[in-house]
Amino acid sequence: MMHALNYLGPLLKGAEITAIIAVASTALGAVLAFAAGIARASGGWLLAGIAIIYVEIFRGTSLLVQLFWLYYALPLLGFSMDPIMTGIIGLALNIGAYGAEVVRGAILAVPNDQHEAARALNLPRRHTLWRIVLPQAVVEMMPPFANLAVQNLKDTALVSMITITDLTFRAQELRNLTLDSVPIYIETLLLYFAVALVVMGVMRWLESRLRHGAAIPRVRMA
Amino acid sequence: MMYGHSWDLSTPLSFAISILPILLIGLEVTLAATALGFVIAMVLGIVWALLRRSGSRLISWPVAGFVEFVRDTPLLVQLYFLYFVLPKYGIVLPAFMTGAIALGLQYSAYTSEVYGAGLDAIRRGQWEASAALNLSRWQTYRDVLIPQAIPRVLPALGNYLVSMLKETPVLSTVSIVDMLNLANVIGDRTFEYLVPLSMVGLIFLILTLICSAGIRWLEWSLPRSGIPLR
Repeated sequence: MMHALNYLGPLLKGAEITAIIAVASTALGAVLAFAAGIARASGGWLLAGIAIIYVEIFRGTSLLVQLFWLYYALPLLGFSMDPIMTGIIGLALNIGAYGAEVVRGAILAVPNDQHEAARALNLPRRHTLWRIVLPQAVVEMMPPFANLAVQNLKDTALVSMITITDLTFRAQELRNLTLDSVPIYIETLLLYFAVALVVMGVMRWLESRLRHGAAIPRVRMA
Repeated sequence: MMYGHSWDLSTPLSFAISILPILLIGLEVTLAATALGFVIAMVLGIVWALLRRSGSRLISWPVAGFVEFVRDTPLLVQLYFLYFVLPKYGIVLPAFMTGAIALGLQYSAYTSEVYGAGLDAIRRGQWEASAALNLSRWQTYRDVLIPQAIPRVLPALGNYLVSMLKETPVLSTVSIVDMLNLANVIGDRTFEYLVPLSMVGLIFLILTLICSAGIRWLEWSLPRSGIPLR
């Protein structure tokens, strides 16, 4: 039996993989969320239709089922990726579908007179979306995005089921080796909690930056 | 061959149809775990919400910290913790019970917030009016606050019920024989993962679409003015 703190070394190694997967999948998920959310809120019927199908499939099924499907079933269709890529893409597709609903809601919540004012100023549609609607909507998206980022961090634990040596995988490995469950799992949970606190702090900082930026419009003099 | 049902590998469709009865056996376990977990989450959530509203910081702060901790750490690790640690202290439960408790514990963190938000949403004036009518604290909760909170709380609880349903496959990791577990066993025996896993996905999709429609109906049909408890 090792000293309880000796477990921290291997666990931190796993936490590094967890952090990498969490950051990569959150970033990719944000891209997917914006693409699908904008397509649903202001795309043509074809794009909106594709976005609806994507969102319903990934929100309507279970993440672990999705990961297993990508890992075990997709290669049978002749398409295989290494486990880390599978994990990142699976998590991103899942959290992106939840994020898409946030993006759509925030876009639709921008008051209609903003659209009317943009039209009165004869701004092109694309310009209205990127310069008028999104900067206001993004601020409203941040609190739900912060929840989703923590949710995604927690969800990364499931990638241990597709052989990725993340924090949860390392904890299982140590337990099988030492049977010393209590300190191993307590340290693991505390590490997840610590990372979650960092994620929440970063998201709060981002929100305050965005809110500050949105409150002071930059006026360019002619 | 499982549970007396044999599979027919001739075409993907016949395979899908032949394994459906096996998967439905797993579905029963999935639904039972969700139901039991949800009951635990609803009851524990009330306990957390009330303790957090207790006047003493000695109680409300540690409870708030614990709930936050449960909410921000993964269900899978909490499940492992309960599964491997409880027996060390002489608490030996069947895997199914451990799974339902883990699900219920994780979601109690969410439901406690739903209850809190539901009560906070009721205007202060209601408290003051109750005080003016000389109602006791208990009467105020039972006859004034909770009846008005119910229509706000139920749809949110419904959403968490659907989330829980989608998280039950995590329980397959501690040898609970749910739908996903059975699909994996079928895959291991036939080397055909595509059809069983897709079927599990499809069944979840159908279930969640039905549940979401149910929640929308519930939201629409509940009286805004409140539901009396008596």
